Amino acid sequence: MSSIAIIGAGQAGMQLADSLRRGGFEGSVILYGDEGSLPYQRPPLSKQFLLGDLEASRLNFRPIAHYEKLAVTLRLDCAVTQVDLQTRTLAMANGEQAAFDRLAFTTGARVRKLALPGAEDPRVCYLRGITDAQAIRERLATARRVVIIGGGFIGLEVAAVARTLGKEVTVLEAQTRLMPRVVAPVVSAYFEAVHNQRGVRFLLGESLTALAPTSSALGLTTASATYLEADLVVVGIGVHPNLELAAAAGLPCEGGIVVNEFACTRDPTVVAAGDCTWQRNILFERPHRLESVQNAVDQAKVAAASLLEKPVAYSQVPWFWSDQYDVKLQMVGISTGFEAAIVRGNPETGAFSVFYYLGERVLAVDSINRPAEHMAARRLLASGGLLAKELAADPAADLKTIIEKN
Amino acid sequence: MPKVIFIAPDSSRRELESPAGWSVMEAAIQNDVLGIVAECGGGCACATCHVIVDEAWAAQLAPASPNENDLLECTAAPRTATSRLSCQLKISASLDGLTVQIPDRQT
Ligand SMILES: Cc1cc2nc3c(=O)[nH]c(=O)nc-3n(C[C@H](O)[C@H](O)[C@H](O)COP(=O)(O)OP(=O)(O)OC[C@H]3O[C@@H](n4cnc5c(N)ncnc54)[C@H](O)[C@@H]3O)c2cc1C
Ligand code: FES
Repeated sequence: MSSIAIIGAGQAGMQLADSLRRGGFEGSVILYGDEGSLPYQRPPLSKQFLLGDLEASRLNFRPIAHYEKLAVTLRLDCAVTQVDLQTRTLAMANGEQAAFDRLAFTTGARVRKLALPGAEDPRVCYLRGITDAQAIRERLATARRVVIIGGGFIGLEVAAVARTLGKEVTVLEAQTRLMPRVVAPVVSAYFEAVHNQRGVRFLLGESLTALAPTSSALGLTTASATYLEADLVVVGIGVHPNLELAAAAGLPCEGGIVVNEFACTRDPTVVAAGDCTWQRNILFERPHRLESVQNAVDQAKVAAASLLEKPVAYSQVPWFWSDQYDVKLQMVGISTGFEAAIVRGNPETGAFSVFYYLGERVLAVDSINRPAEHMAARRLLASGGLLAKELAADPAADLKTIIEKN
Repeated sequence: MPKVIFIAPDSSRRELESPAGWSVMEAAIQNDVLGIVAECGGGCACATCHVIVDEAWAAQLAPASPNENDLLECTAAPRTATSRLSCQLKISASLDGLTVQIPDRQT
């Protein structure tokens, strides 16, 4: 029998432990976390949880009894500080050491911080973990003016919650449109209109250049010398993968911990999964990094299969969702490099999809309040993405049936 | 607290008490009922929390939203007349004893 250590008790770590047991692994499994809480879901942190509807324990993936049943040892307040792949030992922040035979990195990512004087002010908040969300929730209770830095998913979800709670909300985005790296202009424009209608103010093509905390407010100055005041600033400008521990152990890292399509690092007894990986998926020519529930879950399953010595190559189609007010955006595939964006349905009705084409092949589909089209698109992309553009553009064509026939 | 009853694919029963206001999906997850995957954690975005509601109860539930209805077309186990997404079903005193069947697969 052997032992497997999993570093990082988040979405991927929890899935990996689960899949190892389901796959029949009988050795010891130890899950190391540093947040002190049972593994929990992050998506609600910028959605229902922030609105104030949920108690923290309702975010847990499973109750403690689940881990007991699976005989997974939880070390939830135990940051791993060092890994030695030669001696097969790891060291913890509390000075303890532990031996392992095989190892998994599921260390996730941490937020990028503002590099400006004044940014250490406690009214400048970030959102990654439950304590961050609790801090924002508390400050939202008394704040009147909320400024969001970054018009990506997290920034916009927080903007939607703050507006729903009646706050004055301004969003600063350095690019000239929202979610610029991931969606087509038609989708950006749609979301800009949705937020505008609800009273959110946007400063696009604007970046923050100075922060002046006073006792009554945070004074913000932008590159074009616009000045505004906030009681709360929420920063959502992206994340850094937590790769330092793996890098220090000698494993190659680029935009994450480098893994192959089997989720293996250079050392085949060491795997990695989730937000921390610079990964291969056999559907794509190039390596990339993803930040999504789907990826954490599916790549963790691939990593478990490798540790169980029943390797399967990663070939799942990536998908993602975002909720803003009552608008649900669902995305599948990766649109990078698309040549044509075909709109299906009328954005003015609040329900439409965008098909991203490269040549005759669909690379990705974004659906707004069109869950059935999203699910059909998942099947389409899993089976190669061939769909005539006329059919994609015709809302009367029954996608589900067409795709099943293909 | 209201009761919810889960019938597993092998016909075994789990009877739980769960706070009003929770979803049926949450009751399953927090009590470690297997067979409810809930990948999106209740976001009405994944269709992996599919249940088949006992016929006696089906009519008493609030009807499915258009999004839920759409997603129900995409469940892994085929949709039935009383299929619902358990993350969209709120537990309440008037639904005390709600009985749902867990399908044999969610993905
Ligand atoms: C606010 C928010 C909203 C989101 N919304 C969505 C959404 O709507 N849809 C979607 O698909 N995705 C969403 N995501 C992304 C999704 O939650 C992540 O992609 C997913 O959690 C990644 O899982 P992971 O296990 O790789 O990383 P994480 O969940 O971050 O888990 C990593 C864990 O490892 C711990 N750790 C790191 N280093 C160490 C160490 N040295 N020792 C011990 N422990 C360590 C970390 O503290 C953390 O607990 C959202 C994320 C956030 C923050
Ligand atoms: S949990 Fe995803 S749809 Fe219900």
